[in-house]
Amino acid sequence: MTGTLDRRAAMATLMQGRDDDLLVVPGLGSTTWDLAAAGDNDRNFYLWGAMGGAAMIGLGLALAQPKKRVAVITGDGEMLMGMGALATIGLQRPANLAVIVFDNGVYGETGGQPSHTGAGVDLVTVARCCGFSTCLEVADLADLADLAARLQDLNGLLFARVAIGPEEPPRVLPERDGAVLKRRFRAALGLAP
Amino acid sequence: MNVSPPVWPDRLFDAFKRAGIRQVGYVPDAGHARLIERCRADADIRAVALTTEEEGVALAAGAWLGGERAALLMQSSGVGNCINMLSLMRSCRFPLLTFITMRGEWEEFNPWQVPMGSIVEPVMKLCEAEVLRATTPEEVAPLAERAVQQAFGEERVVAVLLSQQLIGKKVWVK
Repeated sequence: MTGTLDRRAAMATLMQGRDDDLLVVPGLGSTTWDLAAAGDNDRNFYLWGAMGGAAMIGLGLALAQPKKRVAVITGDGEMLMGMGALATIGLQRPANLAVIVFDNGVYGETGGQPSHTGAGVDLVTVARCCGFSTCLEVADLADLADLAARLQDLNGLLFARVAIGPEEPPRVLPERDGAVLKRRFRAALGLAP
Repeated sequence: MNVSPPVWPDRLFDAFKRAGIRQVGYVPDAGHARLIERCRADADIRAVALTTEEEGVALAAGAWLGGERAALLMQSSGVGNCINMLSLMRSCRFPLLTFITMRGEWEEFNPWQVPMGSIVEPVMKLCEAEVLRATTPEEVAPLAERAVQQAFGEERVVAVLLSQQLIGKKVWVK
């Protein structure tokens, strides 16, 4: 099910006016490029691999930093590979975690092959059945503005599917040394590198 | 025959407390049952039931990003589920402290446990993990201490294999 929202504009909207209490974990590939395009930040932990792991990295981080807000922003293919994580997160229910899926129904990074969501698998219903307290379909700009506002004031486990269009904008590549990304992220939280 | 429960799981729990472990990921496992129970009952430890072991690798990475120490409890068959996710730990030099109950070695009844159990050690070494093995109850506590220091001090993957001989064989027919 393809949407119409522009992925870069959607990421920019979600990151607009971002404060230091928002920590962001994008999935490998397109959502990492989208986040880099929205502006580099030490509190971004870009993924260049670990497909299927973004949501669980977000869970570990959210449990460790209960006073911060954690946004996992990943693609449909990445989320599908780690769909069990939704069940695991649903059991823990951290109030400071949002899992946001940019869903275009295709594997854009590998040439646009259809994903399971493109064939009808509904991740919003999956998340609801796993115990996420708020589950949103984000289909237009008004929905997106609502999601951005909720991200500023997160007070409960949230899942959102953002229906983006199929376009693949030019890649914006952030730092790719994982140890550097880890150290700068920890330093931004005041932790020993 | 009355058999008293083994004490090594309690020694592992003590090591977790000394090390300040705050998150423990696990897939339910008979060999780890006592340790899981202790972790679930502890107010300062978040015990996270996983659907598959690789989730626990990513959980530990997220915990460390946020300044907490995590551990992962699994059975030998779970190692195969973790391999690609272990590249996250190596690429970023994340610590991973994992305790693996072994199947498919000493007096194993189920031959289906052998293919994965028999390659845990070489596979973990190929992933550049430090691999330690406990065969007797006395070895468990000192090996756990060493593993904690290596994992968090050197920011690397350290796997402590808990031999089937230590755990005891699974009783199939009661």
